Amino acid sequence: MIRQRCRLQLVVVLLFCLGLHENTLQAAQSFAGTIDSVQPRMVKIYGAGGVRGLEPYQSGFLISADGHVLTAWSYVLDTETITIVLDDGRRFAAELLGADPRIEIAVLKIDAAELPFFDLNEAVDLNAGSRVLAFSNVFAVAAGNESVSVLHGSVAANTKLSARRGAYATTYHGLAYVLDAMTNNPGAAGGALTDRRGQLAGLLGKELRNSLDNTWLNYAIPIPEIRSSIDEILAGNSRPISSEPDRRRPIESVTLASLGIVLVPNVVAKTPPYVDRVLPDTPAAEAGILPDDLILFVNDRLVNSSKILRDELLYIDRIDEVRLVVQRQQQLIEVSLFAE
Amino acid sequence: MSKVVRTIATTALVMLAFAAADVARGQVADAVRQAEQQRIDAVAKAVKPAIAIFSADGNGGGSGVVISPDGYALTNFHVVQPVGDYMQCGMADGRLYDAVLVSIDPTGDVALIKLFGRDDFPIAEMANSDDVQAGDWCFAVGNPFLLATNFEPTVTYGIVSGVHRYQEPAGTILEYTDCIQTDAAINPGNSGGPLFNAAGQLIGINGRGSFEKRGRVNVGLGYAISINQIKHFMGYLHSGRIVDHATLGATVDDDEEGRVVVSNILESSDAYRRGLRYSDEVVAFAGRTVDSPNAFKNVLGIYPKGWRVPLSFLRDGTRHDIHVRLTGVHAREELLAKTQQAPAEEAPPKRRPDKEDQPDQPDDEQPPANPHGEPAKVPDELRQYIQHRSGFANYYFNELNRTRVWNAFHDTAGDFAVLRGDWILSKGEEFTITLGDETSAIKTATTTISLDREKDLSEQLEPQGSGGMLAALHVWRRMLVEGPAAFGDVVYVGTAPLVGHAGLHDVLLGTYDVVEANFYFDPASGELRAVEMAPDPDADPCEIFLTDYREVAGTKVPHRMIVRHGDNVFLELEIESIQLSKSDKPEA
Repeated sequence: MIRQRCRLQLVVVLLFCLGLHENTLQAAQSFAGTIDSVQPRMVKIYGAGGVRGLEPYQSGFLISADGHVLTAWSYVLDTETITIVLDDGRRFAAELLGADPRIEIAVLKIDAAELPFFDLNEAVDLNAGSRVLAFSNVFAVAAGNESVSVLHGSVAANTKLSARRGAYATTYHGLAYVLDAMTNNPGAAGGALTDRRGQLAGLLGKELRNSLDNTWLNYAIPIPEIRSSIDEILAGNSRPISSEPDRRRPIESVTLASLGIVLVPNVVAKTPPYVDRVLPDTPAAEAGILPDDLILFVNDRLVNSSKILRDELLYIDRIDEVRLVVQRQQQLIEVSLFAE
Repeated sequence: MSKVVRTIATTALVMLAFAAADVARGQVADAVRQAEQQRIDAVAKAVKPAIAIFSADGNGGGSGVVISPDGYALTNFHVVQPVGDYMQCGMADGRLYDAVLVSIDPTGDVALIKLFGRDDFPIAEMANSDDVQAGDWCFAVGNPFLLATNFEPTVTYGIVSGVHRYQEPAGTILEYTDCIQTDAAINPGNSGGPLFNAAGQLIGINGRGSFEKRGRVNVGLGYAISINQIKHFMGYLHSGRIVDHATLGATVDDDEEGRVVVSNILESSDAYRRGLRYSDEVVAFAGRTVDSPNAFKNVLGIYPKGWRVPLSFLRDGTRHDIHVRLTGVHAREELLAKTQQAPAEEAPPKRRPDKEDQPDQPDDEQPPANPHGEPAKVPDELRQYIQHRSGFANYYFNELNRTRVWNAFHDTAGDFAVLRGDWILSKGEEFTITLGDETSAIKTATTTISLDREKDLSEQLEPQGSGGMLAALHVWRRMLVEGPAAFGDVVYVGTAPLVGHAGLHDVLLGTYDVVEANFYFDPASGELRAVEMAPDPDADPCEIFLTDYREVAGTKVPHRMIVRHGDNVFLELEIESIQLSKSDKPEA
């Protein structure tokens, strides 16, 4: 028994030493094997856009065997028809399961099974200096079953993006891996940042331009920063209550009028809930809601159209608190109000 | 218990030994030092053949790489286009060499130039670019932003980001098919320069990047033309011609099930004549699996006009394997027009923020405003190497290769110039073929067919079903007797595969009467292997394969001829007797 344990220890030590040796060798070796193992988990996402320099595509990756896809929250997803193309070329219509615009992530779902995926529980932390690979369908270079592009680089800093607020317009202000590679190009948002062994470390952010000197910052959001939000979405907590069939409505609900909010006219199928006017001396006016604010959340549930917002209010009792998250330019503002 | 202690001690010792070893080497393991040294060696080897190209008037330029000791070098078409016939090339040795333009491939954005002044230029070792994988280390060598005034090239390191990329034609006609994508910095001025693998072997020619709103600088996506594509074009690129890419005469699309099917096909195309039809599923092309329209376009883009490549398709579950002849993408005039357009008119505006991919010719590399202004002064000793002729980038190199091929044939087969009398090829009573200056004839036991010199050769395709065997033999004798200088118009095409033979063959294209004939020569032996006579570009040629060369009258002539037309072998001729007579007419 003891002898066995000794042997085991020796084997472990030898493996450890071999491992060290292998690591140093990797300095010179190709990443081809690593990349081959990551590519089947990457997806290409096609949706809204295509006008005024807004590319109608972005990147994402699978986070479950059943077709959950993590990506960046953006205008690309603001459509009824989101298409996902897997690495093997298969195409799927995707459903927006939920999003957290505060940290600019979204989770999509396709109807598939037994897919290769990144296990979020195995995501790794990186330090400044860590060598990384960035996988994304930047510029939509890849189509169909073509593998997405891979760039290499290092983590330049592990810091908060809010440090540069003002110069860089971004909604995301949390911790970020700042990268020395040009990873954040059109279409790259939602791509995967891995370490050099292909282990997931972060989600590639959007293009980020410094309005003062026209320089560009490349960053990825560490998985731990967004993990709880992803779990909330997966648990269904981000979806509108109105989408749940057996939910009961209160006798008297909150209405937009009772808050003092007038939305822009509901003209298209998915009119975004922009505030058109705020009536004077109403709860909304007191809470500081302004015209042109975009309402993103009602009681932590994502409302991405006027209709969903109106439906959602039907499930809130007139005497209960209404918490809104609104987007005002690049700022996210949370307010709490009670109906009159 | 003691064993446990011993094991722990051993463990500690082993770990200590490793740690000590690291300390002894200044904390750097041997493997890292070796990797570093490999990289240094690869770069040292790779910078030597790299060139910085400057136009003689100081405006414009780019990069390139030398591929032969006598100074042939590859670069981009869009680099030489504004530069012209004559340029100067700086190398890492600090010297400046004169160079002239040899050939251009405008569609593939490739050009071949030739440097003068040495016969021992350092050359780049070529790799098989199909072995390149995403994730491989690679590096670009070149002269970005025209930084290197001492000609010492800039090296930018990166990885391969993707392979077999297809990039739509941008701006002009430059189409990048089957190219290599890299995150090694490719900036303006890197155009035409080499992309090497980690071992310092040439895998591609850099020429394009994804540029967008960030200005004309690298944003992490550069594209290199694969060296394997260029290998296919290498013979063509030595021909001094304006080289064209190919089309199948058919287009493909993916259907709802993701199959790649023929969506359109020209009835005049070789593919149609070989049996390909609308809605057939293309499964393989030139030996590669086709699983997407891009995969098909990738294959098509790497072959020159005129090559024959295998194609496999499925119809009703049955697989058909055919060989198809690729036709040119552009009509001759169209290609000329696109190539000759003044670069200033063709060049994109200074900033085009919404254009995604552009050749990386930067603003400061723009050609002078008036490209037709005073031409750069060509040194006197180089003038002999530049010859202008319509349809050619530099006719000098066409004649050079035509002469080379003909001399090699002459050396192996002998001199037919004195054998101007009738040539009689026969097998007993079975057949007698008489080939002469004026007319030729075939006589069998039952019939006699002769060429009527009053009519065009293209109208005399006898014997029936041969596609013009008699006319082809007539043309064959004429080439042997007259040689390329007097045959008619004879052009060196380049190198192309020949069905039934391994390797590439030198091709001379002769035009006589109204027919065109390709002559395929084995580059190793100089032997003439086949004659293909096409009475009409939209019809199957008559192909005569020539083997069993034996001595006759001080020359070597083939005694076995296989005549093919379309999908069929029309005839296999075993010739028993060949008589080649000298001219019976008095010398003029």
